[in-house]
Amino acid sequence: MTDITELGVKALRDGVADGAFSAREVAEAFNANVAAAADLNAFIVTTPDAALAAADKVDADRAAGKPLGKMAGVPIGMKDLFATRGVQTTAASHILEGFRPEYESTVSQKLWDAGAGMLGKLNLDQFAMGSSNETSHFGNVISPWRRAGGDTAALAPGGSSGGSSAAVAARLCPAATGTDTGGSIRQPAAFTGISGIKPTYGRCSRWGIVAFASSLDQAGPMAHDVTDCAIMLESMAGFDPKDSTSLDLPVPDWSAALNADLRGKKVGIPREYRMDGTDAEILKSWDDGIAWLKDAGAEVVDISLPHTKAALPAYYIVAPAEASSNLARYDGVRYGLRDLPQGANLQEMYAATRAAGFGAEVRRRILLGTYVLSAGFYDAYYTQAMKVRALIARDFAQAFEQCDVILAPTTPTAAFALGENQDDPLAMYLNDVFSVPASLAGLPAMSVPAGLNSQGLPLGLQIIGRALDEQGVLNAGLAIEQRAGFSAKPDKWW
Amino acid sequence: MSVTRETVAKIAKLARISMDEQELDRMVPEFNSILDWVEQLGEVDTSGVEPMTAVMPQALRLRADQVNADPLTGGGIRDRVLANAPDAEHGFFAVPKVIE
Repeated sequence: MTDITELGVKALRDGVADGAFSAREVAEAFNANVAAAADLNAFIVTTPDAALAAADKVDADRAAGKPLGKMAGVPIGMKDLFATRGVQTTAASHILEGFRPEYESTVSQKLWDAGAGMLGKLNLDQFAMGSSNETSHFGNVISPWRRAGGDTAALAPGGSSGGSSAAVAARLCPAATGTDTGGSIRQPAAFTGISGIKPTYGRCSRWGIVAFASSLDQAGPMAHDVTDCAIMLESMAGFDPKDSTSLDLPVPDWSAALNADLRGKKVGIPREYRMDGTDAEILKSWDDGIAWLKDAGAEVVDISLPHTKAALPAYYIVAPAEASSNLARYDGVRYGLRDLPQGANLQEMYAATRAAGFGAEVRRRILLGTYVLSAGFYDAYYTQAMKVRALIARDFAQAFEQCDVILAPTTPTAAFALGENQDDPLAMYLNDVFSVPASLAGLPAMSVPAGLNSQGLPLGLQIIGRALDEQGVLNAGLAIEQRAGFSAKPDKWW
Repeated sequence: MSVTRETVAKIAKLARISMDEQELDRMVPEFNSILDWVEQLGEVDTSGVEPMTAVMPQALRLRADQVNADPLTGGGIRDRVLANAPDAEHGFFAVPKVIE
């Protein structure tokens, strides 16, 4: 019999429904992989009993002839940014260590309602701020991938959803939730040879997700392939009155409508993404992607997104500004850490708590955000950034008059070594150069594996679609997936 | 434009994050290099452009004027609200004395 843990969402769900194996067998197999992979540090807490309980319920429902959900029998990893009732939720920060929510996030609840079970809470960059998973209070996640030729240097799994990407790539879970603020689903997916989609802003409820930058934050699935992403996204998306920016729209049946025939479709290639200094192998994979989409019947057109260069600096004003406001809630009063030095007053308690609780990158971004929002600087920084954001959204709107989807690299390089970019925050920020524009415009975007580079590391291709056109994005992703034939996986060393 | 040590100290105070001398020394150049980099936004011609207010245009909704319409966001759950408090007394959050 095949190893259950090599299977993805659809194969597991269908296998459980058909009786090829029980949901309990599935949960036990993944629990075992999770338990044996402590070296990767992908999980902050593991919840094997929760996975078994969900599986037993699915098995009982099946035995009783009850209808099964879209994710029935599929155990998943939950990024530790989603509030899970009774299970520690930290955003990988010391300031929330020990916090056990009294409520469940909308997205995680929807997944449990669809029959999924929880293997554990996945490590991430602290408050989702980072591109390498090096800002977690609970230690770095180590990518399961290593460079070819016996190099044992620890590589970054990407960030912020680095626990999610590492766990899926290492077969610790068939799929995981991610969140994407400026690329935090797509970049780690690209670094680890898996697929991940950030839907249109508003598709997935933000209720119960620890807030980073509210106008950008979106949840999405990370899994082995496009079909699995489509199935899981169907179970995550949907209107929620508890999120004022939730879209009151029906959730399409994306997986049923998947179609890799792109005849009649136009794929835009943005010339501004061909930046100086981009890795030649990344450019080569982009050319491969263009050829594959042509082969699928699409017409390729050159497009221009003139304000691309301004996207990253605009993001690093908007996101820290929103973060400084959102993270004001961590005050040592209502939940989380309290640091009360001897004789301190209330103001001193706030300042001591926040200094002790937030990591260096989080403090840096709160300070930056506080600065750009402060009196006298607000217009020069924040208002200007929101004007630039409007221009970036307009660039995309004009481009989509000429094309249906946009193809670009996901990242400017393959995975780098841990520690490589740590001393220079700016070098780290540049990692998001290709992913941030779609985030600023709220557009659906996904990364799919394109192949391996000469060092044996995965490279991803990004597809960006019109607002609400997740189907177009998934279809183009499927066309690439079918032609890339990506089947590489990391050699087990952990 | 360069930010001084005093400015960073003032921002840290506004953000309620205590910083010692060493941390301030380290933060000033980092802060300035990030600000120098975002300065390029000033070069973008935004004349006549309205700042974005919502990435997906939509009307704000009003909920029904009904108590506890959604139990998840309703009231009457004092103990659960206090369950994660570092210090709770007599059904309230407790903080250091604020009145001398």
